[in-house]
Amino acid sequence: MNQPTPHIADKFDVHVLRGRFPVLQRQVNGKNLVYFDNAATTQKPEVVIEALAGYYRQYNANIHRGLHALAEKATAAYEDTRRTIRQFIHAPEADEIIFTSGTTASINLVATAYGRKFLGAGDEVIISALEHHSNIVPWQLLCEEKNATLKVIPVDEKGNLVLADLAHLIGSKTKIVAVNHVSNSLGTINPVAEIIRMAHNAGAVVLLDGAQATAHIDVDVQALDCDFYAFSAHKLFGPTGVGVLYGKRSLLEAMNPYQGGGEMIKEVTFEKTTYAEIPYKFEAGTPNIADVIAFKAAIDFVEGLGDKSELLRYEQSLLQAATKQLKEIRGLKIIGEADEKIGVVSFVMEGMHHFDIGMMLDAKGIAVRTGHHCTQPLMHQFGIEGTIRASFSIYNTIEEVNFFVESLKQIVEKWR
Amino acid sequence: MEVNKDIKASIKDIQDEIIEEFSFLGDDRESTIFYIMELGQKLPPLEEKHKTEDNIIKGCQSKVWLTAGLEGERINYKADSNTEITKGLISLLIRVLSDQKIDSILNADLYFIEKIGMGQIIGSQRSNGLVAMIKQMKLYALAYKSKLN
Ligand SMILES: Cc1ncc(COP(=O)(O)O)c(C=O)c1O
Repeated sequence: MNQPTPHIADKFDVHVLRGRFPVLQRQVNGKNLVYFDNAATTQKPEVVIEALAGYYRQYNANIHRGLHALAEKATAAYEDTRRTIRQFIHAPEADEIIFTSGTTASINLVATAYGRKFLGAGDEVIISALEHHSNIVPWQLLCEEKNATLKVIPVDEKGNLVLADLAHLIGSKTKIVAVNHVSNSLGTINPVAEIIRMAHNAGAVVLLDGAQATAHIDVDVQALDCDFYAFSAHKLFGPTGVGVLYGKRSLLEAMNPYQGGGEMIKEVTFEKTTYAEIPYKFEAGTPNIADVIAFKAAIDFVEGLGDKSELLRYEQSLLQAATKQLKEIRGLKIIGEADEKIGVVSFVMEGMHHFDIGMMLDAKGIAVRTGHHCTQPLMHQFGIEGTIRASFSIYNTIEEVNFFVESLKQIVEKWR
Repeated sequence: MEVNKDIKASIKDIQDEIIEEFSFLGDDRESTIFYIMELGQKLPPLEEKHKTEDNIIKGCQSKVWLTAGLEGERINYKADSNTEITKGLISLLIRVLSDQKIDSILNADLYFIEKIGMGQIIGSQRSNGLVAMIKQMKLYALAYKSKLN
């Protein structure tokens, strides 16, 4: 049961797919690299690296301003990525896609440009106990400034959000609900459609932190009817330093600009400046042109692999195999066994510190994440300082999972 | 651990000893890390009463507690950590610096760290932690020196 290979054999060969990722061919410390830190950042396929280099080699120019041939080509490529992303998340219009430097920047943009304008004293912002620090701290700053209250949807011991409690938290004072689509520490796929429905009934807008979702789940912002959606290119086979904020046109238009500068203006006099239309209103200064352009290659790559649900099923088959085998190790406790998960398994080991285990796995060529994963409040709730987290991507194999578990068993045996 | 203070080897000799021990491990990172952790396991635990906020060394990713006491003209260090790898590192420092004279500690050039390639073995974050440990040990020596003068 749960043999993963059949799922993908007819779709793609994982070994052929691995061949498209240069880093996966290398060794670390004389051992084959087993890369299980995909929730932190994914590896990049050759096509993305080529797109990045191709821009610098062939048509590096500043965009939107020059009228020469290179500027024309660079501008077209940059805007092409915007259209590709619109399609990728099924947004109504390309103008609703804003380029930022990452999920963190996207969330801060909303907290500042929307929150500062529309939140008042006594209002409430709701987040969840599963959030990454970057979906906690911007709201804390906002609430502090506005004398507003931050409320938290609790999580149960399995790692599921307790929606029954949200029903009590939410009310007429709730202005913003900001939750992650998928949890980075535990892998929980959250019931965001239901959360959005509840928030909208109360008249609140919803921001989804999709950093951990877009590489695994087909995102349809219209079907979800979310108001804002934030994600990062680097967790989606794309380059670092690029993020996206999707926002509904009406909201983006109502918001104040975030940063002032070039690109974002219509006309500047010392008396008064009028702002550009969206999306440019939120893209002050020279953007990260090269990485935005290369990001399109990443989306094309992932779309070219076929049905996202097939990919997720493959990753989940790795998860099931890992979970089942890990549970056989005495003293190992899995943190987060939500009903619906992406390929992320977090665990702790009795009598051993996660840093030591991470170090020993690394010495065997296995890259995992150890620590609190930027979710300290969540760790506190589980009464731990951190976990060892293995997060899988489509290029990981069952052989790697088996090797990981075997290595862990060796470490534990040696150490007890 | 009883140390005969009269025959305590010099800081240089102990470092050379460590360098030689590590040379037997060769280039294999895995066995080197296991070796350091085994050293950590052998480090006598610090009494719970010393594991206070005040005794925590700032700048380490893991928790490291360090205490120092003056015995004659020599400083005796005791330390503990919540991770084996860090305990291993601190046990090496204790082996070199503990029960040495104040001035020897203050003047010590800890070349063994570079010689055994510790930076590559433990990575940059832990290397920063190691620097913080050494600094704290020397600060104790400095404090005792000014107290005695
Ligand atoms: C759920 C979640 N939100 C936000 C972020 C922050 O993303 P970035 O660092 O790319 O801005 C991460 C990254 O780890 C994440 O996992």
